[in-house]
Amino acid sequence: MIHSFIGSTGHFLIILAFVAAMVATYGYFMSVRSDEIKRESWIKYARWAFYIHGAAVIGIVFSLFFIINSHYFEYHYAWSHSSSSLPVYYQIATFWEGQEGSFLLWTFWHVVLGVIIINTNKFWEGSVMTTFSLVQAFLVSMILGVVILNQKIGSSPFILLRDVMDAPIFKMNPDYVPKDGTGLNPLLQNYWMVIHPPTLFLGFATTIVPFAFCIAGLWLGKFKEWVRPALPWALFSAVTLGIGILMGAYWAYETLNFGGYWNWDPVENAIYVPWLVLIAAVHTMISFNKSNTALKTAIILVIATFLMVLYSTFLTRSGILGDSSVHSFTDLGLSGQLLLYLMVFVVLSAGLAARVWKRIPSSDDEVSTYSREFWILMGATTLCLMAFQVIIPTSIPVWNAIVELFGGISNVAPPVNPVAFYSKWQIWFTIILALLSGTGQFFWWKKIDRSKLKEALMTPVIATFLVAGLVILVSNWADTGYFKSAPDLLLLTAGLYSIIANGIIFFKVIKTSPRLSGGAVAHIGIAFMLIGILLSSGYSNIISLNKTGLVWSSDLPDEVNQNNLLLFQHEPRQMGKYQLLYKGVRKKVKGFPDYVDKAELEALTDKRRAIIETALIYKDRTFFESGDTIEYENFENSYFEVQYVNESENFTLYPRIQLNETMGSVMSPDIDRTLTKDLYTHVKTFPDPEVAIEWSPTDTLQLNIGDTLYINDFVAVFDDIVRVDEVRGVELDSEDVAIKAQIVIYGPLGTQYVAEPIYLIKNRLIGRIPDIIDDVSAKVTLMNIYPQRGTFELGINTTQKNWIILEAVEMPWINILWLGTLLVAIGFIIAINRRYKEFVQMRDKGVEV
Amino acid sequence: MKKSHILGIVVIAVAITVIISTAGDASTYVTFKEALELASNDSDQKIHVVGKLSKNETGEVIGIRQSPDNQSFSFTLIDQNEDRQEVVFLNTMPADFLRSEQVVVVGSFHNETFLADKILMKCPSKYQEETIEVEAVSNPE
Repeated sequence: MIHSFIGSTGHFLIILAFVAAMVATYGYFMSVRSDEIKRESWIKYARWAFYIHGAAVIGIVFSLFFIINSHYFEYHYAWSHSSSSLPVYYQIATFWEGQEGSFLLWTFWHVVLGVIIINTNKFWEGSVMTTFSLVQAFLVSMILGVVILNQKIGSSPFILLRDVMDAPIFKMNPDYVPKDGTGLNPLLQNYWMVIHPPTLFLGFATTIVPFAFCIAGLWLGKFKEWVRPALPWALFSAVTLGIGILMGAYWAYETLNFGGYWNWDPVENAIYVPWLVLIAAVHTMISFNKSNTALKTAIILVIATFLMVLYSTFLTRSGILGDSSVHSFTDLGLSGQLLLYLMVFVVLSAGLAARVWKRIPSSDDEVSTYSREFWILMGATTLCLMAFQVIIPTSIPVWNAIVELFGGISNVAPPVNPVAFYSKWQIWFTIILALLSGTGQFFWWKKIDRSKLKEALMTPVIATFLVAGLVILVSNWADTGYFKSAPDLLLLTAGLYSIIANGIIFFKVIKTSPRLSGGAVAHIGIAFMLIGILLSSGYSNIISLNKTGLVWSSDLPDEVNQNNLLLFQHEPRQMGKYQLLYKGVRKKVKGFPDYVDKAELEALTDKRRAIIETALIYKDRTFFESGDTIEYENFENSYFEVQYVNESENFTLYPRIQLNETMGSVMSPDIDRTLTKDLYTHVKTFPDPEVAIEWSPTDTLQLNIGDTLYINDFVAVFDDIVRVDEVRGVELDSEDVAIKAQIVIYGPLGTQYVAEPIYLIKNRLIGRIPDIIDDVSAKVTLMNIYPQRGTFELGINTTQKNWIILEAVEMPWINILWLGTLLVAIGFIIAINRRYKEFVQMRDKGVEV
Repeated sequence: MKKSHILGIVVIAVAITVIISTAGDASTYVTFKEALELASNDSDQKIHVVGKLSKNETGEVIGIRQSPDNQSFSFTLIDQNEDRQEVVFLNTMPADFLRSEQVVVVGSFHNETFLADKILMKCPSKYQEETIEVEAVSNPE
């Protein structure tokens, strides 16, 4: 049955939300334009419209989640993103896996923010909410899903599968409902998918608040007053967006197989750029008080941040990035609409700023080198140049499209090695930033002249050189090979300088007014992050490097670096300072705390379950008896047990593979974390389980009990022969006979296996059940019995040993990066707290903000 | 000269350098024919070639060769001019390579062989399912 009611409700609510947002825009706009008397009624009217809009959005969210949660696979969104086996937390993730849902998430955050603004800020309500409502109208239009004049506007999440798919089944039976959905992409089945998108979209969403205040300020002629209420929001936005970005980086590092935490992928760049501009904007907003130059810069940067958010939305969702990115949203054909959204706000905000630009107070006075404004402007400029350097190459597909729009042909492709390309620029910018953030702080607290500056800088500079020298000495002494190039040395020194200088400020401030310490803490954090990135990324070391690799084709250059290592099961192999041992494939089983050897699990037709051959014991407690049926945690997942041994350490890693029938395979790394480094291991390839095993031709042996033989180069003893009364899967009558041989195989590394092939006579027909011992890659069959002679014939087949190819990378001192991240977040929280209190004080004093 | 002017000049200079550097380090999308011409002019520039994997009538990918140690492989790529070219990748086969709809190889020619440094794939199945698997008996619930 098609549950059409919920979908129709959802679609109706979308239209209602869209109309209500338009009404709210008009109402709020009129409230600003009208006189005192009419204002109240316009505000009331518009506020109602916005609340209706908000209620409708929440209704849409509820309807969509209801469809997903009830497994209504007649809906395209549920069918293509969810499946009936998904637990609730992944159903939540499903919600924003698609474009429509992620737009909805964004819209939802705007509703929350709008309601907060309405209730905390009466003076600015009309002007700020005009922008808010207009943005909401655009966002809701992306999921509108109506066709006007052959033009599709928006893509509705409530569309039925039969309206999207042209499958023949719908011609035969329009009410056909698929039994199950195609499920959440296994790549995304991770707790990060539950928490990363909401955080990132909250960061995205909050950029609208400073923008809306700025536009309101320009509109009302309150060129300075908008900054104070906007500042705590801008700080909040910066920290949320920053945390969102880092969550994504950490996710990529820990689970996805992108090779590291940052790869300069276009989608990563598209979010990095607005964040840089936002950070620049925050700094100029803080320093606007004393400098009109800073005020104008703040206005430009706040507007630019929001426009960059729109531009990055356009880049990531219009399909223009095409195959230049590993992330990709399905192209929903919304590029025209996205472009319109971007253009409307470019034109409106630029037009408004241009109209009032002359009226913004300005001064011809030169900014003094000894003022904090000067240092902040320098910092903001550097941040903007950083952003510019990233956005220009990231936009290459856009440049191509523009050239082609004018009839030209452009086939420019992104740089071949993005990491090297971006890093060589960004490292210099970060050196400058570290120096500025160290020095600028001294101007923050008092006006300083040339002689006092020398005095103030003397301690941190000397301390920096001492510490940097010490670090380099220790690093050389330990033969780490770090800080090889000039920029690396400079970044280390500049970073240490920033830590020390800000540290001095921190200790001065913490005694008198700890509330003001946010800036120093955040800057120390950033400097730690820079040093952490320099070490973990710049000196990441592929330890599975294999320089002795066979040159496969004579056409190829001699210098071939192979980053991967081939490991055969149970054959130890030296890799750098570690000895590696691949022990086999493991599974995770519900209700058992450890990994389980796959060879011990007998497959059933139900893929989710298996029979365990030997009892599962962990710490003297038996969890399952031999012959019990167990259930996999996720039958798609397999783990490769790899043991690492060197003089001081001994640990085991379990890199994972998830094999999903419809969506392909996902390889996830496993990481050994220590204080000084992470060791990151992932499997690149392994024998395809779908391909049938190729056995060698049968080798037959005539043996007596007690004879010794070799199976795949391992010593084995033909131990005994016994009669059995029960054979799994075969019913034995009284006349039937079943005999099993017992062959003890002395496997690799002191292991012992018993092969028990069965020979049975049932209804006078002979049957042979061979025994396969995975760990020695052999199949043993009891071929014949010669009672007269007392000998037995065994058939041995062998196959290639099980193997994996893995890559192992060392990331030194990555913990410095995470420590820095933590400090930055703490610094921002201190700063938000301070700025919000300032705003509340001013508001309650009755100052018009 | 005022400081703001100096700052302005520095900013413009950096911006221009950024643009030049982007233009200099950017790669190009070409066909195998053009790539071969580039290589014969002794250029070691790395380029992008967009193409499809060679498939037989039943849609199976053909022309894959694995190296003996499984650590490299080669395949046949058909570019937009329908030219076929053997491409060698000195790394393991990326997961889902055989399912990919479109393949972009980044690299350059070494004699007759195209050596790929990087392979980018577009797998439609990963993001949008194209077909519905219908069970033998449809269920009119």
